[in-house]
Amino acid sequence: MFKKQAIPVALAAALLGSPAAYAAAEFNPEISLILDGRYQSYSNDSDYELPGFMLGGEAGRGKEGFNLGHNELVLSANIDDRYYGKMTTVIADHDGETEVELEEAFIETMGLGGGCAVKAGRFFSGIGYLNSQHPHSWDFADAPLVYQGLFGGALRDDGLQLSWIAPTDTYLKLGLEATRGARFPAGGSANDGAGAAAAFIKIGGDIGTSHAWQLGLSRWQAEVEERESGAGHTHGEESAHIHYSGDSDVTGIDLVWKWAPEGNATQQNFTFQAEYFLRNEEGEVEFAHEDESGSATLDGEQSGWYAQAVYQFIPRWRVGLRYDRLAADNRLSDFALSGIDEEAFAHETGLDNEGHDPSRTSVMLDHSRSEYSRIRLQLARDDSYEESDTILTLQYVMSLGAHGAHQF
Amino acid sequence: MRHLLTLLSLLAAASPAAAGLTVFTCEPEWAALAEELGGEQVEVYSATTARQDPHHIQARPSLIAKVRRADLVVCSGAELEVGWLPMLLRQARNPVVLPWRPGHFEASSFIKRLAIPAELDRSEGDLHAAGNPHVHLDPRRVAIIAEALAGRLSERDPDHADHYRRRHEDFARRWQQAIARWEQQAAPLRGVRAVVHHKDWVYLFDWLGMVEAGALEPKPGLPTSPGHLATLKQELERQPAAMILHTAYQSDRAAQRLSAMHGIPVLKLPYTVGGSERAADLFALFDETIERLLAAAR
Repeated sequence: MFKKQAIPVALAAALLGSPAAYAAAEFNPEISLILDGRYQSYSNDSDYELPGFMLGGEAGRGKEGFNLGHNELVLSANIDDRYYGKMTTVIADHDGETEVELEEAFIETMGLGGGCAVKAGRFFSGIGYLNSQHPHSWDFADAPLVYQGLFGGALRDDGLQLSWIAPTDTYLKLGLEATRGARFPAGGSANDGAGAAAAFIKIGGDIGTSHAWQLGLSRWQAEVEERESGAGHTHGEESAHIHYSGDSDVTGIDLVWKWAPEGNATQQNFTFQAEYFLRNEEGEVEFAHEDESGSATLDGEQSGWYAQAVYQFIPRWRVGLRYDRLAADNRLSDFALSGIDEEAFAHETGLDNEGHDPSRTSVMLDHSRSEYSRIRLQLARDDSYEESDTILTLQYVMSLGAHGAHQF
Repeated sequence: MRHLLTLLSLLAAASPAAAGLTVFTCEPEWAALAEELGGEQVEVYSATTARQDPHHIQARPSLIAKVRRADLVVCSGAELEVGWLPMLLRQARNPVVLPWRPGHFEASSFIKRLAIPAELDRSEGDLHAAGNPHVHLDPRRVAIIAEALAGRLSERDPDHADHYRRRHEDFARRWQQAIARWEQQAAPLRGVRAVVHHKDWVYLFDWLGMVEAGALEPKPGLPTSPGHLATLKQELERQPAAMILHTAYQSDRAAQRLSAMHGIPVLKLPYTVGGSERAADLFALFDETIERLLAAAR
């Protein structure tokens, strides 16, 4: 159909490629391994707490001294022309035993059309900005306090996600999730194992060639049945029994803005991001520890935000500054107590904010030899509770295997 | 949730109908080629400009929105965009441009690629298993890609097949004349040695018979170091080179440092369409590239 022009036939043949040989160079499935290790030192040896927050999940400041962080093995591939699949396992030590945790295991449709996709399995919720990012792509060694306090690190559950991208020039994404609700901050798998739901909207675009932005709104809600938590602090050897049952909902807003001169991020770039979440809980709290026990009705409101800026000032070197702040206002009533008074009950369940708004300031410096390796030094002044702590973290995060593509 | 669904249906109804083919290209050279071949029948958007490093782009919201609406995605391939295109395609949920569909065009898959590594090891830097992906700087290869792309445009928009065929015939004739002229002009460049910043110039050198005298990056994608520059300088003293080449998206600092040490000139070439004021289309890109190489080699 197309006329061959004046290229001599022999020369043209010498320059032609064979698409078949090309495809053979790709691996199936893609495998990548994330290696994360760190050294941390604390100036304060007392137990970690976030007054006003019933802690769960992976909340806390991590171990002191040398320790391994989030070592992950990731397998992913297109399953066929319709489905994509991914599994992430975390291999970590807990109390001297090596545990393998299934962090993510999901399938996602690729060919549905109309801008729609369905994701099913275990996945990080699409709420917020940082929530769906893996720890190895975080800009700091630890999660913001608001993620630790409200989600125990990150919101992740088993279920279904439906999302849609609008056919508009401005990026607009809508997502709905229905999930099991077995994990913190839900719990108990209410509604026969479909106890939690989420919705999110993201809009974004460019301003000129140097700026890109994204704004998100999120909502999550769950019916919680007997959620266990470690209160605002730990109880040494003998663990207390703290349960919450009732409604829980979280509303959030997130903003990210990225700058790179003429859109070329290799020399210099700057990222600002901020997120705010507000949680409302209305239900019953139960407490039992040795001969102390009781219950009360909770009308609680916990909120928090962080803002951070990361600047790559020369190739491969970045500095970052982050500020975290939380606040809790928990009202307890209808007490039924035995061997414990109202004040002690509020304290032991972690719901007493002790007149303190947790806050933290962190600075970091990191160096990336290539896009596969990063070494980071982080210093934080942590005012999570009344006694201040200075936390020094030296961390490496490296990846090997498949070339991971990161989201915005 | 009810509000969300209402908003969803409103927006779905408001989706605009685009005229002709919407083409999303990863690099500006393919945008220029698509415009040559498609003319007014195509609406072309390039994900990158000549000032951006096509290895390192973020799958940012605006790009996802563009891919969502594209009828055809045109990229270099050979893993050049491996850090961002797969994410973009997964996020955009546009089934017609997935890699195995006709709406996905990988330029490098149609030509013979050079520098295919025998061994893959990241201690050797950021190697591409499928060979060097910077294929557009050999106009003979561009001619082959143009023919394939014109065919693909017709396949995606059969109603205008005649239009694409006519435009391709016209382009191919002008392109072959230009190649003959460039080859004649560039004859003195045969055997000329040049130091490069990154291995962006393999196909240009293959075409013109130029010789790569070393790279500022010790390994592809890794930063240069004082030690590496000293080694390069020693090599250049034994076997001199005429110039140090870099693109508009690379910093010239390492090139200037070597130039100061060794005394050969630094030459910034447009590398792709839009890389200089003059290189506004593919013809001007090669006109300028050859003129500047000749001036530096003299």
